[in-house]
Amino acid sequence: MRLNESIVISAPPNLVWDYLAEPSNYLHFMSGVTRWEVEGEQRSGLGARYRMLIRVGSAEVGGLIEIVEWNEERDMAWSSVLGVDQRGRWRLRQLPDGRTRVELRFAYGVAGAGIPGWIAELFAAPQLGGHLRRSLQQLKRQVEHEQLRAEAAARQRERAGV
Amino acid sequence: MADEQTVSERAKQNGGGASGALHGRLGSLGDVGRVGGGLARAGGEFVRSGRRFGGALAQAGQQATADAASRAAREVSERLTADLDDRDPDHLREQLPLLWLIASFWFRGEVRDLGNIPEEGPVLMVGNHSGGNMTPDTFIFTLAFSTYFGVERAFHQLAHNLVMASPFARLLRSGGTVAASPENARTALESGAALLVYPGGDWEVHRPTRDRNKVDFAGRKGFIRLALDADVPIVPVVAIGGQETALFISRGAWLAQLLGADRLLRLKVLPISLAVPWGLNIGDFFGHIPLPAKITVEVLEPIDVREQFGDDPDLNEVYDYVTRVMQETLDTLAAERRFPVIG
Repeated sequence: MRLNESIVISAPPNLVWDYLAEPSNYLHFMSGVTRWEVEGEQRSGLGARYRMLIRVGSAEVGGLIEIVEWNEERDMAWSSVLGVDQRGRWRLRQLPDGRTRVELRFAYGVAGAGIPGWIAELFAAPQLGGHLRRSLQQLKRQVEHEQLRAEAAARQRERAGV
Repeated sequence: MADEQTVSERAKQNGGGASGALHGRLGSLGDVGRVGGGLARAGGEFVRSGRRFGGALAQAGQQATADAASRAAREVSERLTADLDDRDPDHLREQLPLLWLIASFWFRGEVRDLGNIPEEGPVLMVGNHSGGNMTPDTFIFTLAFSTYFGVERAFHQLAHNLVMASPFARLLRSGGTVAASPENARTALESGAALLVYPGGDWEVHRPTRDRNKVDFAGRKGFIRLALDADVPIVPVVAIGGQETALFISRGAWLAQLLGADRLLRLKVLPISLAVPWGLNIGDFFGHIPLPAKITVEVLEPIDVREQFGDDPDLNEVYDYVTRVMQETLDTLAAERRFPVIG
């Protein structure tokens, strides 16, 4: 099953990217996520691994994921190493007015689970879709607040003549 | 005599059948009188051959019963073997979607605080047992554990011999279930696995629905000795809702005693309940369709018995502590429920 949600954020791609690249932010903005921990030495970038869980129905599902594509300020993709099969992608595209279109793609399933697997994917879709939508809305709010804070700090510095 | 021999031989040839003997006899006689005498003799032979046939049947029946019993004993014995390798992570992983569907939509299952279980190493999880032979809380917890830690982490559950001898045993074994015995428990913990035990066993799982919110281990303290011997922490796991999946009327301990099930099958109880689809359900041997009661499971903080109670702890004191914290949690969970079954 593949889900796809997108949103437009009033901030440049670099700001959105910086927020997404920091693993400690995921517990703050990803809806339904109960765990997002760095596994190993590498915190971010290609090959970084995270142990993540998201609550769906009666279970917290997820597992160990690895960043498999890292194209700064444009694309970040991950794939599961252990746990439920999943692939995901952050796709950032700059809009002409300086804003950023953020797309979150998420595909999931359990290979070999047969018809029950297919039914479970179908039944999980509305809940997961809701998580993705709320995650994007929270990402937008966090990044835009971040930008407002940065602009306010810059104005303060200007006024202080620094 | 010749006639009798003829009849007898033909009867034998015809497998001792009455019609074969009579037809054979009628075909060799000329008048009615002789027919009458022959019939009488044939009847006598028929009775004798019937007796022989019946005897042979009885012997064959006894042999078949003995063979079946022997096969069943062999099968049960094989099923009760604690072969931890029977756990099949791939098979379990493929079953997770089905478990998830049942847990999420039938039981509206909720498992809280799985983070209280140590991330690695052997651990003894001790649960209160509910739901008769269908125990929905066990499989909801198995699903939650397997998705939280991954199917790669070895996890075993102890089940009553009767459950392990059931037709579902193969499925259960692939999910990590082994027959309940101290040896199996030790083997599992020594292998580094997480182990879930229900000290209350059949006594607790078949308690009447009116006692649904009571933790009742029946004074069984073996789990404490097990934790001490294996030097592993005890993690209490408290579940609510399982005893609302049928109307459990009585444990039927008196019935088990009356029928000798306590001596023959290690069954202290022979539960009496009202359950779907049977109506009055005695023994729950074939299971039942559980009502869609909401199941909530809460995992409590680990208890390091030696750290908390000293190197040579008083088992009664530890038992009282574990059952008390579990009962307190169960009371809290019960207070959250507004309606039976609905939750």
